[in-house]
Amino acid sequence: MQTNITIDPLVRVEGHLKVECIVEDGVVKDANCSGPMFRGFERLLIGRDPLDAQQIAQRVCGVCPAVHGMAATLALDEALGVNTSIPDNGRIIRNLILGSNYLQSHILHFYHLAALDYVDCTKVAGYDGPDEDLKSVKAFIDRGVLAPFVPRYEGDYRLPAEVDRAAVSHYVKALTMRRKAHEMLAIWGGKMPHYVGIVPGGATESVTPDKIANYMSRLAEIRTFIENVLIPDALAVAGAYSDYFAIGKGPGEFLSYSAFDQETAQPDLTKRARFFATGVATIGGALSGLQANRIREDVKHSHFADATTGKHPSEGETEPDTAKGHTWLKAPRYDGRPVEVGPLARAVVGYLSGHAPTKALADSAIAALGVAPEAMASTMGRHVARVLEAKMLGDAMVGWVTQLKPGEPTAVPVKVPEEGSGMGLVEGPRGSLLHTIDIQGHKIARYQLVVPTTWNCSPKDDKDVPGPCEQALIGTKVADAENPVEIVRIVRSYDPCLACAVHVVNVRRDTVAKVRAV
Amino acid sequence: MPDKPATQEYPAIWLQGAGCSGCSVSVLNAVSPTIGQLILDEAAPGKHVSLRFHPTVMAATGRLAVEIMLGTEAGDEPFLLVLEGSVPTTISEIAGSGPDGKELDFTEHFVELAKKAMAVVAIGDCAAFGGIPASGPNLAGCKSAREVMAEHGIATPLINLGGCPPHPDWFMQTVATVLLYGLPDASALDADLRPKWFYGALIHEHCPRRPDFDAGKFATAFGEPGCMYELGCKGPYTYADCPRRKFNGGVNWCIDAGSPCHGCAETEFPNLGPGLYRKIDAGSLPRIELTADGTLAPVVPGPYGSTEGA
Repeated sequence: MQTNITIDPLVRVEGHLKVECIVEDGVVKDANCSGPMFRGFERLLIGRDPLDAQQIAQRVCGVCPAVHGMAATLALDEALGVNTSIPDNGRIIRNLILGSNYLQSHILHFYHLAALDYVDCTKVAGYDGPDEDLKSVKAFIDRGVLAPFVPRYEGDYRLPAEVDRAAVSHYVKALTMRRKAHEMLAIWGGKMPHYVGIVPGGATESVTPDKIANYMSRLAEIRTFIENVLIPDALAVAGAYSDYFAIGKGPGEFLSYSAFDQETAQPDLTKRARFFATGVATIGGALSGLQANRIREDVKHSHFADATTGKHPSEGETEPDTAKGHTWLKAPRYDGRPVEVGPLARAVVGYLSGHAPTKALADSAIAALGVAPEAMASTMGRHVARVLEAKMLGDAMVGWVTQLKPGEPTAVPVKVPEEGSGMGLVEGPRGSLLHTIDIQGHKIARYQLVVPTTWNCSPKDDKDVPGPCEQALIGTKVADAENPVEIVRIVRSYDPCLACAVHVVNVRRDTVAKVRAV
Repeated sequence: MPDKPATQEYPAIWLQGAGCSGCSVSVLNAVSPTIGQLILDEAAPGKHVSLRFHPTVMAATGRLAVEIMLGTEAGDEPFLLVLEGSVPTTISEIAGSGPDGKELDFTEHFVELAKKAMAVVAIGDCAAFGGIPASGPNLAGCKSAREVMAEHGIATPLINLGGCPPHPDWFMQTVATVLLYGLPDASALDADLRPKWFYGALIHEHCPRRPDFDAGKFATAFGEPGCMYELGCKGPYTYADCPRRKFNGGVNWCIDAGSPCHGCAETEFPNLGPGLYRKIDAGSLPRIELTADGTLAPVVPGPYGSTEGA
């Protein structure tokens, strides 16, 4: 019996996403992404003290609170009139907090969310070597009760046994690495998830040499892991599954707001010097500057009142209408078009912008993998872009932490005005995040968010153009509808911060397989 | 070790309602024991927590996962039910789908599981007290486990673990305690059903900045030394062992990081006082020694100026 049991020690990120595919003659003909959870965050912020926003907004997502806190704080910086006067220590602490969560998130995504779509864990059952982590997993298998690691989709698992075993061992090590990344974050943030260390005006934690040394030590350990373990594992998977460079392309147009301020004198976040490149690009090589006023959100297919469609987020409303639509996600569009966001989007925008570290890493990876640059717009390209970004960011963070100046201020005082407004644009691990706030009578009068997964997993828009993930799914060949491994691999390559319920529906729309691939 | 007796399995089902998964992520950050020790190894000698269903941790495909959950629910084995997130009672959500393809309403499913469970652990403020989803207009009718269980007359023992998110120790060590000693008796829980060994002491009484409070030294801006009462610290109202335990492997916690306590372990979070960064009413402070002349604090302008009515 044991030989038939699969162990999938895979931690899945959360949220609630449903993907419905209509498969005809083994090919996905149509796809619909839905978010079936509603908590009404934007509504519950109205009437609150504006200072609460960066704390409450973090609770949108316990997996990526770091970037929600950042976006809210940037919006508040502007609304409170301190956006150009953040002390360097405060700016750097913010970057170190956000950077820590990038490393945590990218490690977690590869090993605990995505890898088990490609790695066969059953190979550990025959292990008789000295690795303590593998022995622990083997003992677990031998006890015969495998929850929560119950069967996976059957599919084509191609890695050699020793690579599979190494990946399982690295899965366990990666749990420790992602935990240490959160410990790094807490050195400046106080605790994680839901850190308290940044506020409008700067950061709260004082800069002392012991904290710098503590942070550097953990960063060095994680960078070693990224370089020696994560990247080789990802490239091994990419090499064995190179056909996934031709699967799951998506719209081929990309957006990056950038992140990690290198200065705060420039009030316009689309023009501020930041670590990543900012802009809109296509995989074909077109590049243009970001104009935030070109963002609109459609609601034709969403559970929101039709009267609220087509608005810029700064004028957006959250008015539920459950009589219509199939999703609680709106359909954000840039200049009327669906665009992909996330590490691949940042890599494409960075590459075309001549961002030196992006170019160097991308060129070496493309050469090592022997694929065309255009093939990076794909399921496997997203994974490669993500792990390379972890390295690029870890390298940069070494420089940032050494720029901190012990004893110097981390924040400027702030005052909530009677009226004001602000917009926070920032890249999180999963992509472009926008928060907007309006203050009236010293209180929050309007608050809107456009989150990365809303871009990537958006429903069709008012013109019925599918969202990026939907486009990536349409046209995909599905070998076995009972084990739609191709669909799961495509959806997970976006690192959706949502639980996925994947429905595979045949042409008569009978549900033949339905999974909650969380 | 051929003589080793069979490991006893303790099935657990972890449901996520209206929440953010932060409690799950916090549990991943546990150090003693680690998540690997809890799930892979024996959490107590001879005893293994068999986490049958967890939407974040499990690897299963949903149909198989739900079958396992329903099998645990229908079986004779006693199981532990963990609820993360509040129960959305008006705009409900889908808990998964059964073998027949029928979608399971979250509220109905929670009620059925809670009836049959040996105990319910409500992890985090959303599950324990309603938390953030219930704090505003509450369009989804979010309720705590305790409210929903009371409405349905469910007498299953309930343990509430407040915090947004709770310290991972509060969950892991509660589980370890149940494995070692069985369910805690009622005297071990406070009126809000929180284990007293985690939630028994006021943060203010163990705060490293307490001497500043007693001496009337108050921070008026972030990054300043001194008690953060003027910055809206909720430590004087909040019962939790954060000052001694600290977070993320003990590297830091809110007040050490220069932030006022937001009172996230308390039942009212996030609505304890006029705002997370707004001073609470001195008149309702617990009885404590104040400054030598009997006043609470020197009158200082708040760091944000006035927000009338705040």
